[in-house]
Amino acid sequence: MHIKDEFGIILTIKKTSIVPIKPAETLTVLNIYGNIFMFFLAGLLFVFLNMALVRIVAPRRPNREKNKTYECGEEPVGSGWLNFNARFYLIAILFIIFDVEIVLVFPVVARFRDYLLRGEGMIAFVDLFVFAAVLFLGLVYAWKNGYLEWLRGVRKQLRVEGQVLRLKDWLAEQSRLEAKKNA
Amino acid sequence: MLERFNIVDRLPRDPDLILTTVDRAVNLARANSLWYLLMGLACCSIELMQTGGPRADIDRFGSLFRATPRQSDLMIVAGTVTLKMASRLRRLYDQMAEPKYVIAMGSCANCGGPFDLSYSVVRGVDKIIPVDVYLPGCPPRPEALTEALMKVQEKIKKERFFVKQEA
Repeated sequence: MHIKDEFGIILTIKKTSIVPIKPAETLTVLNIYGNIFMFFLAGLLFVFLNMALVRIVAPRRPNREKNKTYECGEEPVGSGWLNFNARFYLIAILFIIFDVEIVLVFPVVARFRDYLLRGEGMIAFVDLFVFAAVLFLGLVYAWKNGYLEWLRGVRKQLRVEGQVLRLKDWLAEQSRLEAKKNA
Repeated sequence: MLERFNIVDRLPRDPDLILTTVDRAVNLARANSLWYLLMGLACCSIELMQTGGPRADIDRFGSLFRATPRQSDLMIVAGTVTLKMASRLRRLYDQMAEPKYVIAMGSCANCGGPFDLSYSVVRGVDKIIPVDVYLPGCPPRPEALTEALMKVQEKIKKERFFVKQEA
């Protein structure tokens, strides 16, 4: 079979040359884990090669004004490096409860009709209920320990941690024990 | 196997193969990813929002708004620049990463417009920062702003970074 392409070059195509590639042949060089390894390697290289390319291509003209902290155009006051309250950590952890819940529940809900048509509606419902209940237990635990409250007294925090750290509290405890002994 | 990598022989007959220079490739990327800084100062910014909306749809040129100068290539000065805002505008322009471009949108940004005789208005944003495209109108229509963006794209495509400029 002859085909003339747009440059006027005649290409010859043999009919026998069109052979479907067998899936087994594509895996001769690497096994399946090797493919995954190559995937990660390519991903890593993609990032670092692009960063190297940016180093070469992008213009780099730092100045005092550009290196300033971005404050919507205002003159920045103080340093941008400041500590955030550690309680944000707990809030972020609690967010994961709801986040994971929605991410994993949503696909089941989307396919719930299929379960119903197959007569497996109750199974799906119980599965989801148990899953949600486990996550809800985590929420109850956090609630009981007072992680949902933003303002917590030192005393309550110490009670939650099960220890008394302050000398004043220790002295009060000792004097209470003393009074009990004397009585 | 090695014939696949013989690009010189493949070039005249392979329609999938193109050659380009680094300048052209970089300019193509730069021109089609012009992210603009939200610099809505007055009523022109309403038209700026309309240009970003679905009817004029500036997104199809690869252009979308950023709320930080660090990620912006283009500053669309939409509105009246007051003397109080001028220092902030200059700082935001300085904080943008190179290469950076500016569209002065509307009469106020061009020359002060109807507030030319006011005591508190900068008579044209080009008094503070270099302007690439002046866009007249009070306010300009979204179509006009789209054309201004295309003018900036044309300007970018003509630029050469890696070839020595002829003196």
